[in-house]
Amino acid sequence: MGRQADVVVIGGGITGTATLAALARLDLSCVLTEKEPDIAAGTTKANSAVLHAGFDAPTGSMKAKMNVEGNRLYHELQDELGLDIQWTGSLVCATTEEEKAQIEELKARGEANGVPGMEIWDGDKARAKEPNLSAAVCSALWAPTAGICWPFGMAEAFAENALENGAEILRDCEVTGIRAEDGQGFTIETTQGTIRARFVVNAAGVFADKVAAMAGDTSFSIHPRKGEYILFDKTAQDKMVRGIVFPAPTQTTKGILVCATTHGNTFVGPNAQEQDSRDDTAVTTAGMDEIIAGAKKLVPELPMGASITEFAGIRAVSDTNDFIVGESKTVKGLYHAAGIQSPGLTSAPAIARLLAEEIAKAAGAKAKAKVVKGRPAQPIFRELSAEEQAALIKKDARYGRIICRCETITEGEIVDAIKRPCGARTVDGVKRRIRAGMGRCQGGFCGPRVIEILSRELGIPVPKVRKDGADSYMYEEKLGGGRK
Amino acid sequence: MSELYDVIIVGGGPAGLTAALSAQQNGAKKILVLERDREPGGILQQCVHNGFGLHHFKEELTGPGYAQRCYDLVKDLPEVEILVDTMVLEVRKDKTVRAVSPTRGVMELHGKSVVLTMGCRERTRGAIRIPGTRPAGVYTAGAAQRMVNMEGYIPGRKIVILGSGDIGLIMARRMSLEGCKVQAVLEICPFSNGLTRNIVQCLNDYDIPLHLSHTIVAIHGKDRVTGVTVAKVDEKSRPIPGTEFEIDCDTVLLSVGLIPENELSRGLGLQMHPLTSGPIVDQRRETSEPGIFAAGNVVHVHDLVDFVSDEAEIAGKFAAKAALGAGGGAARDLAVTTGENIRTCVPQHLRLGAETESVRLFMRVTQPLRGKLKLKVESGGEEVFSKPLMIAKPSEMIAVDLPEAKVGALTSDLTVSLTEGN
Repeated sequence: MGRQADVVVIGGGITGTATLAALARLDLSCVLTEKEPDIAAGTTKANSAVLHAGFDAPTGSMKAKMNVEGNRLYHELQDELGLDIQWTGSLVCATTEEEKAQIEELKARGEANGVPGMEIWDGDKARAKEPNLSAAVCSALWAPTAGICWPFGMAEAFAENALENGAEILRDCEVTGIRAEDGQGFTIETTQGTIRARFVVNAAGVFADKVAAMAGDTSFSIHPRKGEYILFDKTAQDKMVRGIVFPAPTQTTKGILVCATTHGNTFVGPNAQEQDSRDDTAVTTAGMDEIIAGAKKLVPELPMGASITEFAGIRAVSDTNDFIVGESKTVKGLYHAAGIQSPGLTSAPAIARLLAEEIAKAAGAKAKAKVVKGRPAQPIFRELSAEEQAALIKKDARYGRIICRCETITEGEIVDAIKRPCGARTVDGVKRRIRAGMGRCQGGFCGPRVIEILSRELGIPVPKVRKDGADSYMYEEKLGGGRK
Repeated sequence: MSELYDVIIVGGGPAGLTAALSAQQNGAKKILVLERDREPGGILQQCVHNGFGLHHFKEELTGPGYAQRCYDLVKDLPEVEILVDTMVLEVRKDKTVRAVSPTRGVMELHGKSVVLTMGCRERTRGAIRIPGTRPAGVYTAGAAQRMVNMEGYIPGRKIVILGSGDIGLIMARRMSLEGCKVQAVLEICPFSNGLTRNIVQCLNDYDIPLHLSHTIVAIHGKDRVTGVTVAKVDEKSRPIPGTEFEIDCDTVLLSVGLIPENELSRGLGLQMHPLTSGPIVDQRRETSEPGIFAAGNVVHVHDLVDFVSDEAEIAGKFAAKAALGAGGGAARDLAVTTGENIRTCVPQHLRLGAETESVRLFMRVTQPLRGKLKLKVESGGEEVFSKPLMIAKPSEMIAVDLPEAKVGALTSDLTVSLTEGN
């Protein structure tokens, strides 16, 4: 017989992990399945990393409600979960009279949505805040509650807290079939065996319609939309921005922004390309040209020589163009969190709370007697004082061995990242958790060392160490040694 | 641990080890070399091919052989201490060096002078913006070289190499010898960026095609590389539509340039040169900060390690002299600027005092030139030195020695140029 659980959450992105964390605080047994080797492997890992204030979505939409509530919840959760967020505020910049009218409209909509503290600034005030802004910017909407964050780290925090509260996370575990047992729960077939569950949460991102259809709900479809980005080195920040800078929005997107990251880098992007593929994250020359041109409207002197990498993410757009959150209309016990495009990252804790409340009601569940808040501490060597560094190395000498020189990451931190509750299993997993390999050399020096440490700590041979995806094996035995 | 050293050397590759030897030979009594890797020797440890040492040691050595030679010359010297597994976190203007190691923890060390010999790193995919997916199977040539030569694994079986830098060429041969198929080497420039001998010995001898004026316009594959799209480029390095073709491969190795590793130098606030990406130095390899010297690939990327050693000898010598208080004042500070066809020249200026010695200038040209060429050094509008050349390539450094007598007589700024014809 396979596993049994009260709730199975399908999908380990920000929505799935946040929902798991909320559900794990109830007296329910919860399992999350993720088809990739690591959590946050889809939309969560490649997006603008902005916590939106909430003035974009139409008043009364699910997006607007979840956005404003999610933003408020992150302000609460930041300390408890140790979330990497900086509340920088955001600027939406107008360069024409028409755009000026548009941002007035945004402000009115934001007020109706319940966004606090917005102001309209003139161009000079916007440039005082962000000195590299174009002289063409004549007016800007300032929203102080917007922020920048590290989305992977937030999903990791939710996952770790969920594990602390007794939930289980199965990675490399793809759902291949769901049978709704006629009001008697579900039988879920996965690549790691069968799971019986009373409730299913569908947080499958760009695959949410496929997962819904497996369970018999074909009421919506998901349309992938690709967004491309270029990331800049920390040294470029003086020529870029310190916060979030949007252009005036279009019908479909918030536009190509210029934005800081919590790690001190900056990026430009995204564009918005409708495509059929749900996993084609290829960057294109045309896309690069488009985002460079777009970004130059906001910051004319882009330091292109300081670009360090480019990437693309897929957003899951539903055919209703709004979030689909709550119990399926056709399959009892199946709860959707679907069509979670922007502002999905911001909305995650609100969506999680809503679903947990609905499921608690349906299951007759109560809060656990003892809820663990927070998650295990994570020493970050470069942020410690000299005394603290010395003490840490005395306790564990591996904290004295720097593996990643660009970001000053020690072997001790890499081992911790692998051994943590929802630890890294891939090279990119190490990178996303602690930034080893994320700096200027992009893993040129530390890559081989990280592979060696993963091999040792996971007890797998080097040819079994993966970069990121399920089949992303990196090195193989020499041909004389035969393929293992 | 808070001791005062005569000379602290940051980096234990060929430059650092040679600087240590030179400092010892010039009278320094307490010399410390800090190396981040598990053994000294730097990147040479993974360069198992031969061709090193012909100039400096007058014999042909492998990379590890050259490194061993440098190490053997200092390892038993009582004046030289080498700490491995030790990362320097910060160098301050007062020549305090903050470093960390698993066995000694966080150290604050003090030097009378400091030599920076951190070497260089490879440019990566991100720096050149290759479109396409981000699967496993894309490595810098140097990272793959370490895995093949030191760890004993291969990155894949069907290889495309982007860039004809020397590491890429060496890896083309290395992968062939491992039984892998190297499908092609692609070079965006109309000329190769590697040494001629490496084109001949690593590509021609193994029938590996070199496509000049070509680049990768897309990498394919979700989890692992499945192929690349290649296109010809125009004179501005832009892909020409309609010239695209596909190459089947599971691995892409990048050999697209090297960048001096100067984070510590920037932290120190040293004046940097925009084209070499290294600190600006005088003929003694002293940086803009008194008592802080630099040598090797951290100053400018070299073609041969032999020249790295030559430069490190200079830096080690003057670092020792500075530590012993025998630096000597400089009465004249003359700029060395680049003229026609010269891209970079190191040193960037000469600080001349009462004592003068011959000065070696290291240059790189902007484009390949062939025929009757004249390398010319002018000072105050007058030619003070010239040398005929038949061929000049951006991939190969030109070194010329200005004789002591000429140096002693210099009173105004210098310009170096390479002209065609007489």
